[in-house]
Amino acid sequence: MQIKDLFTKKKYATVPSERPSKRDIPEGLMNKCSKCGNIQYSKELEKNLKVCSSCGHHNMLSAWERIAMTLDDGHLTEYDAGMESVDPLNFPGYAGKLEQQKSKTNLRDGVITGEGMIGGFPVVICVMSFDFFTGSMGSVVGERITRAIEAAHAKQLPLLIFSTSSGARMQESILSLMQMAKTSAALSRFQGAGGLYISIFTDPTMGGVSASFASLGDYILAEPGARVGFAGRVVIEQTIRQKLPDNFQTAEFNLQHGQLDKVVHRKDMKATLTKLLDMHCVREGASHGG
Amino acid sequence: MAGELPFEKPINDLRQKVTELKALSEEKGIDFTDEILILEEKCKRMEQELYSELTPAQRMHMARHHQRPTSLDFINAVFTDFMELHGDRLYADDLAIVGGLAKLNGIPVTVIGHQRGKDTRDNIARFFGSPHPEGFRKALRFMEQANKFKRPIITFIDTKGAYPGNTAEERGQSEAIARNLREMARFGVPIICIVIGEGGSGGALALGVGNRVLMLENAIYSAISPNGAASILWKDASRADEAAAAMKITAGDLLELGIIEDIVAEPQGGAHRDLAFQAEQIKDKLWTHLQELLALSPDQLVEDRYNKFRKVGQFRISEQPADHEPNDVGGQEPSAEAAASESDDSEQLAMQEAPTVQ
Repeated sequence: MQIKDLFTKKKYATVPSERPSKRDIPEGLMNKCSKCGNIQYSKELEKNLKVCSSCGHHNMLSAWERIAMTLDDGHLTEYDAGMESVDPLNFPGYAGKLEQQKSKTNLRDGVITGEGMIGGFPVVICVMSFDFFTGSMGSVVGERITRAIEAAHAKQLPLLIFSTSSGARMQESILSLMQMAKTSAALSRFQGAGGLYISIFTDPTMGGVSASFASLGDYILAEPGARVGFAGRVVIEQTIRQKLPDNFQTAEFNLQHGQLDKVVHRKDMKATLTKLLDMHCVREGASHGG
Repeated sequence: MAGELPFEKPINDLRQKVTELKALSEEKGIDFTDEILILEEKCKRMEQELYSELTPAQRMHMARHHQRPTSLDFINAVFTDFMELHGDRLYADDLAIVGGLAKLNGIPVTVIGHQRGKDTRDNIARFFGSPHPEGFRKALRFMEQANKFKRPIITFIDTKGAYPGNTAEERGQSEAIARNLREMARFGVPIICIVIGEGGSGGALALGVGNRVLMLENAIYSAISPNGAASILWKDASRADEAAAAMKITAGDLLELGIIEDIVAEPQGGAHRDLAFQAEQIKDKLWTHLQELLALSPDQLVEDRYNKFRKVGQFRISEQPADHEPNDVGGQEPSAEAAASESDDSEQLAMQEAPTVQ
């Protein structure tokens, strides 16, 4: 035997094993918190409204999950359910990406709108879903939200919008940008006529959505830790090489800088909304004092 | 040649040759008149061909040309009696936005514009034409003043976008832009916006909610800069030229999409070649559109502006029910509203088939 043979690895034949290599844990039984790493049962997490029991991190919700926990009996009368995006600019890859997003999420686009009740108060509600195309605003998101604002106006109902979005949908470029003006103009009419609009920022809400209807609420709430801002952290760091604070653009940061009214824990959201709605409702027989 | 863009090089090289040939002809006393005439003719032809069919990417470079006239250049050349005003009355005077009072053919108007710097020092003071919230709030203050005193508003759009920075975020960049969009929708005076260079994102739109939106022939307007789009889509900012073509950012594209109402012609080779000519073109267009708008009442102006933006967007209404099963979260039933929304399908489908967003 030569010295060099000491360093060669011996080769063994391998026989495929009948046993599964890992212990059989069903997919999705456990969940690891993306913030603190705490591992807990997914069922526990669901029960806790997808808020980490260890660090309080509010995980993202899909639009339907949010609707289920916000509306009375989770019941929504949906508006414009059949409205779908087209590829108006023939943008490379957009049509395929849309199909992929639809089959991934079972949603038609990044926002669900409709009517329901909160604490017994009828409302028009829009709930965005980050899982569809990162909640980006194209023609459909802009149109659905505008129609919801118009419905709230016509029916004289309060309007609630839960926002989450990465901003403009660049595959619709200028059409996407103009949705900012369209939704804001609709709010100008609705709010000008005395309509009540409560905006709720959820994680994350950036760019064109943050810089249009989401920032125009008569009341603006946010979930703890939600990142809210115009330009993204990475863009800012790369453009101007500023050192940014750790809590940059979080709900707490925005509260501190006067950009919103209240940071509300998910478990308290429905009660807070109910209270706000109640403040704007003069019930029959209620005394006006004096 | 100073300020030459890469695609202009072949023409400038040829021009250079003609100049050399002329010098040689004088120096040596040889008669090259015919050759020179032919070459000059060729130069002209090449220029006409090039500038009449610029690609979106070439227009993008033209829009960003460092010698391209700025808002202040045009304001001083188009209007008389310009009096610049300052400050948002809340925090600061953002020099990335300029504005004040001026007269257009004798009529007092409020003019506002993004202002890029003329040199490095100026650019630093003006944040390269990218406003902070105080800039948008300054613009809003001018517009509210115009609304109060029934003056038309004319805005010049020329920015890569709102300033991306810590301080801008702290002071509510999103809120400042959003508020301008909402408030511009309600003013009962004519608003005419004109994109003179680069119209980038929300920072551009915050001065852009007008009854009429015009663009210079080589200006561009988009939701995100082509460089930004390329780096997000393909992880490669150097493919900006490609993105520029895909994104439909030129005046021609936007006119076709129904986003803008008119295109202002530029002198051959771009606005920077002839400021006086360019200013004259802008003045003519502004005057034409202003005359039309001055015939409308305040309510009609608000209505007209609302309808312009309300129409924008392309989508279709599908006949099939959505794939998701809301029942497992909410026990949803078909409603009267849903049925009602089905009935206007034909209108929406027609909208989708139409070539423009009108």
